[in-house]
Amino acid sequence: MMSQLNPDGSLRHFLTTEGLPRALLERILDTAESFSGVIDKSVKKVPLLRGRTVINLFFESSTRTRTTFELAAKRLSADVLNINVATSATSKGESLLDMLRNLEAMQCDMFVVRHADSGAAHFIASHVAPEVRVINAGDGSHAHPTQAMLDMYTIRRHKGDLEPLRVAIVGDILHSRVARSQIHALNGLGAGEVRVVAPRTLLPRDVENLGVHVYHDIRQGLRDVDVVITLRLQKERMRGALLPSEQEYFRLYGINREHLALAKPDAIVMHPGPVNRGVEIESAVADGPQSVILQQVTNGIAVRMAIMSMCLEHKAATEAGT
Amino acid sequence: MTRLHVHGGQLIDPGGAAAGQVADLFIAGGEIAGIGQAPDGFQTDRHIDAGGCLVCPGLVDLAVHLREPGGDHKASIDSEARAAAAGGITRMLASPATDPVTDTPAVVELITRRARQTQCTRVMPSGALTRGLEGELLTEVAALKAAGCLALSDGGRPVHNTLVLRRALDYAATCDLPVILSAFDADLMAGTSMHEGWVSARLGLTGSPVAAETTAIARGLALAEDSGSHIHFARLSSARGVQMIARARAAGLNVTADVAMHQLFLTEMDVSGFNSLCHVVPPLRGHADREALRQAVRDGTIQAICSDHQPHEADAKLAPFVASEPGISGLDSLLPLALRLVDEGLLSLPDMLTRLSRGPADILGLSCGRLEIGRPADLCIIDPDATWWLRPETLHSHGENTPFLGWEFTGRVRHTLLGGRLIHSAERESAHAS
Repeated sequence: MMSQLNPDGSLRHFLTTEGLPRALLERILDTAESFSGVIDKSVKKVPLLRGRTVINLFFESSTRTRTTFELAAKRLSADVLNINVATSATSKGESLLDMLRNLEAMQCDMFVVRHADSGAAHFIASHVAPEVRVINAGDGSHAHPTQAMLDMYTIRRHKGDLEPLRVAIVGDILHSRVARSQIHALNGLGAGEVRVVAPRTLLPRDVENLGVHVYHDIRQGLRDVDVVITLRLQKERMRGALLPSEQEYFRLYGINREHLALAKPDAIVMHPGPVNRGVEIESAVADGPQSVILQQVTNGIAVRMAIMSMCLEHKAATEAGT
Repeated sequence: MTRLHVHGGQLIDPGGAAAGQVADLFIAGGEIAGIGQAPDGFQTDRHIDAGGCLVCPGLVDLAVHLREPGGDHKASIDSEARAAAAGGITRMLASPATDPVTDTPAVVELITRRARQTQCTRVMPSGALTRGLEGELLTEVAALKAAGCLALSDGGRPVHNTLVLRRALDYAATCDLPVILSAFDADLMAGTSMHEGWVSARLGLTGSPVAAETTAIARGLALAEDSGSHIHFARLSSARGVQMIARARAAGLNVTADVAMHQLFLTEMDVSGFNSLCHVVPPLRGHADREALRQAVRDGTIQAICSDHQPHEADAKLAPFVASEPGISGLDSLLPLALRLVDEGLLSLPDMLTRLSRGPADILGLSCGRLEIGRPADLCIIDPDATWWLRPETLHSHGENTPFLGWEFTGRVRHTLLGGRLIHSAERESAHAS
C-alpha cells in the first residue's frame, strides 16, 4: 500500500483514516482547533501556505467539498486552481491516465482529488512527483478522510473525549466512503462502540471485521447512543434492487423523532450532506435542536486547513533545511 | 526429419513408466523412438546434452489469450508463441475471445497460419461456443472442428440463456468436442472487481461472491447430468466450487476442471493495496479457498493447471483498480511456479507434470504428455538447479503485467522440443545475447 506518512511519521499525503496512529488523528483535531480562531476573525487568513499552489482535481462533481477545500486553501494563503474533469462513463479511466501524464508537468505542491473509482487517490499519489502532496477528497466507495475528520472534530466539540461514546452510523454503508472513513477514524480515536444500522443489502459482506457491531433493526441500533450519523441514500439504489422504495426505507431506517427518542436525550444527529429530507431523515430532526449538520459544514474549513498545512509541514521543514 | 539423441537426462514421466531414471531418449519422425537404448539402425543427426537436467513432457496450457487478431497492441501470436516455448510449453489452447471472435473456420485458419509461421509452441485455437460469444446462436461446430478446433469455449462470457446453453452442449457432443465453460454467473460478476469479503469491505470495491462461481457450476452440472456430455469448468477459484466438482466426479459425471496458476499463490490480501496487477477474473479469493484449490490439485479433483495468460500493454494497468483491465501475463511464470509447488511439497515432479501436461492433454484428447515410445516428442528439458529472478528483462511475453516480478525461482528451461523439433534453447538465446 502506498504510504501516506513520511519516514518520521508525519503526514505526507492524506488518503485514508485507516491505520493512522491515534496521536496523529488527535493532532489533526488539535490543529483544526487552533485554526477555528482564524475563521472567526475579521481577516480570515494565515500565511502558512503562501507561495504554494493547490490544485483541486475533481473528476466527480461536488459543490460543498470543493468549496470548503478552496476556502481552506485560500485562508492558508495558497494559490488555488480548480480543475473539473468532465467524465463520461466511457472516458473515465482514460481521462485519469491522460491527466496523470500532465500532472508531472504542473509545478504544483498539492492535489486535492475526487474521483468515482475506489483507489483513485492512492493511484495518483503513487504516480505524482515526489514533492507533490495528495489529499483524498473522496474516491469511489473507499474513503473520504477529510469528511470523517471534520465529523470527529464536530463530535469532540460536542461530546469531548470519544472513549465513552456509542456512535451509530445508519444507512447505505455499502456504497459509503464517508462511513468507511468514519469507522476507521472512530476506532483509531478509541470510540467506545461503533454500530452500523442498515438492511443486509446495504452492508458490505464481513463488515464486522472493520470493527463495528451490526444492527438491522434501527430500534435496537439507536438505543442509548450518543451520536447518530445518517448517510445519504442515492436514488439509484432502488434500480439496483437493493431497496423496494424510499417510503419503506424511511419507515425502517429514516431518522425521525420517534427513532431518535431511543438514543440518549443529549444525542447529536449528523449527516455528511446533501440531505434527502423524508428519505433518510425527517425535516423536524434535520432542523431540530439535536442536529449539528450545519456545524459540520463550518468545521470542514478548519479541519481541511489543518490537514493541508500538516501535509506541507514536513516539506517546508525539509526545504528550509537545504 | 532430424533424428535426435537426448542423453544423460533424468526422465520425469507423468505416465509413471520411466519415472525418475536417468536414461537417453531417441527421437525420430517427430516421435519418441527409443528410451534407454536406441532403436535398431538409429543414426543420430544431433545430440542434446541433458546431463544434470530433467527431461519432461512439454507443458500443455489450456488457457491463453494471444491477443491476435484484434489486440496486437498487447501482444501477438508470434511474441507469445516464443514466450511459451521459452517457458517449456509445447501446446496451448487459445481463447476464442479474439476480435473478430474465433467463430468461423477463417479465423481459426488465420490463427493457425500465423502460429505455423512462428514455428514455436503449437497454438490450438478453441472455437466459440456461440456466434460472436453472444450466447444466442450456435456456431458451425463441425466446420470449426475440421479447421482444427479441439474444444469449444464460452471465452469468459457465460451463456446467459440456459436453453441455448443446453442446446450448445448437445450440439458440441454430437460433434464430439469438449466444452469449456466459465465457472461464474455473469450477473453476480457484473460490476465486481475482486472477491467479496473483508478486503473488499475495507477498500470499497464491489466484490464478487463465491456464489457467482457455485451457481454457475450448479447450472453446468445439472446440464451435464442431463446430457452426459463432457463439460470442462475453467478457472475454479473457491473451496465450495472445488467441493461441487469433487462430488460430481464421485457421482460419475463426465466433468473436469482447471485452475489458474496464480490462484495457487495469491489471495484477496494481495489486492489490499489496490494492486492492479492482482486484478483477475475470477478474483483471488480467501486463504481457505487457496488451500482448497491446492488440495484439489493434489488429489486430482482439478486435472489441469493453466497460465490463464493475459498479456497487456502497460497502460491497461495504469488506472485505479476498478478501471484497470483484468488478467496476468502468465506464460513466463507457469513452470517456475509449478516447480515451486514441488519444492513446497504439494506435488511430486511426476504429479506436477500430470497437472501441467498429461492432464490437460487428456482433456483435449491429445496423445502427448507422456514419455513413451510412439508418443509425440514434445519435451521440456529443465535445469533444476538454476536460480534466477523474474525481472522485466527476463520476461519473454510481450505483456509485463505480472505480480510475480522480483520472485526468485529455482529451475529453468534449457530446451523445448515440439514433435522432435527444437523450438527453444537457452544456450542459443544466451549466445544471441552475448
